[in-house]
Amino acid sequence: MTVTRPGPTDGEGGEGGEVLAIASDHDVVRVRQAVRSAAVGANLSLVDQTKVITAASELARNTLTHGGGGHAWLCEVSNGRRTGVRVEFVDRGPGIADLAEALMDGFTTGTGLGLGLSGARRLVDEFEIDSVPGEGTRVTVVKWSR
Amino acid sequence: MERVPVLNLGDVLLVSIQIDLSDDIALRLQDDLAERIVATGARGVIIDITALDIVDSFVGRTLSTIAGISRVLDATTVVVGMRPAVAITLVELGLSLSGVATALNVELGLQRLRQALSDGTAAPAPSRDLVR
Amino acid sequence: MDADVAARFAAVLQANRDALLKQWRAATVTKLRGRQTEAELAAQIEDVHGALVQAVSGGTPDLYGPEAAELRAVLTDLSTRRARVGFTPAETTAAVFALKDALFVAIDSDDAQQLRDYLAYATFVDEMGVYTFEAYAKMRESLITEQAEQLLEISTPVVKLWDGVLAVPLVGTLDSARAQVVMERLLQALADTSSPYAIIDITGVPAVDTQVAQHILKTVVAARLMGADCIISGIRPQIAQTVVALGIEFADIVTKASLADALTHTLRASGFELVRSERAG
Repeated sequence: MTVTRPGPTDGEGGEGGEVLAIASDHDVVRVRQAVRSAAVGANLSLVDQTKVITAASELARNTLTHGGGGHAWLCEVSNGRRTGVRVEFVDRGPGIADLAEALMDGFTTGTGLGLGLSGARRLVDEFEIDSVPGEGTRVTVVKWSR
Repeated sequence: MERVPVLNLGDVLLVSIQIDLSDDIALRLQDDLAERIVATGARGVIIDITALDIVDSFVGRTLSTIAGISRVLDATTVVVGMRPAVAITLVELGLSLSGVATALNVELGLQRLRQALSDGTAAPAPSRDLVR
Repeated sequence: MDADVAARFAAVLQANRDALLKQWRAATVTKLRGRQTEAELAAQIEDVHGALVQAVSGGTPDLYGPEAAELRAVLTDLSTRRARVGFTPAETTAAVFALKDALFVAIDSDDAQQLRDYLAYATFVDEMGVYTFEAYAKMRESLITEQAEQLLEISTPVVKLWDGVLAVPLVGTLDSARAQVVMERLLQALADTSSPYAIIDITGVPAVDTQVAQHILKTVVAARLMGADCIISGIRPQIAQTVVALGIEFADIVTKASLADALTHTLRASGFELVRSERAG
């Protein structure tokens, strides 16, 4: 798998969306704010908004601290009956060697800060991760309205 | 860089977080509080997070760290005003905020502090772990 | 349907307007059963007719295209109104399909060309019928969801037992969705009233499965994070057995047999002493 620049993929009919660079702490805040707007726009309940924004915050931070920086591609999606928010995080960092291990609860790397992947996964409805050591990582999450 | 203001109320420090905390500001707050506790000899710290609609693992760990640092400096920290949606999300995330005492608002937080100080206990009992 | 046929369609619709509308109404009115007045029905049929003419007057008609926007709006309105009032799906779509009968009467069925055209008209009307049915189904679904939510509101109130003590008496079988909603409401109530104690009473719950137990546990932990304590009361023997059998750890969560015991416990924890007063005489 090659990790390419984020762009329209086979979607469920979402809009163009927004791409945000993640290069600093403040970009993580910007990602939260952008995801909040999208979540409100997709009519997510307050609890669901909070969950997806928190998940996005975790993943954006990962992109920054473990991936060496990258991008978030955010869009509202719809499957005909429900609306939702999809966020895709891409970096060209070192990648994750053992995905299964990283997705286990309580897994942490050297700095003692966990990758937060397992937690983020519990907060969203759909979670996909691709990572190739030496090439980078792509994480895609979707949260639907009820 | 923006700083979170720390207010002095007698022997209690009050912090009211009104902004979306970026990681660097959170760390700055941690440093500022440690300094202020020592400088003022405060016995209690109240962190009001009523305005926070998001508490992610970094902020959560920072709160735990602040509580730990205060305890070492003989002060008790109480986090107040956590929103229901935030609490639900933290539980799902698996963050237990161990070592952090909590209260529903500043008033109840101050009561909690008074109790802890008059009981002679400098810090709350270690928080019960997250039950899954 | 190509542009020529569409043009003829529009012509037929307009040339025979009054007769068409009359036939159309006649075919539909028998099923009203007092849920709609004849005048209302007549107005609706006129609206559909007008919108249909508009839809087929602009080249190749497409029910999902821009010229048919008005038609779609009118059909949606017709079906949602009927859904709300209690018409069956058949009755609702019958109002649309009746147009086919009216059209057949309006054409010369001996003329082969007109007959071929009629098939095209009928196909278009069939599409309209399907569209109407889908709009009807969507409205019914949302009505049911609305009612379910209202039921949830009524059946799980959060009550204030004392200053700083809230209670949620859960009654009936809990499913995961319902448990989640109730718990969110309890936590919000704790925040709104600044109540440090909540009693979750499950006396009225016949059975608890792992998912529901997990929801209750998560609620207790969430409440603690907020600064409030939860007590679970009314655990029946069967539920206690299920909980142990499922290996669910209640750890250090306080549980009481009855709501009354739970109330006494929280009052004491709040620093109250209960003393029976002496009465003279």
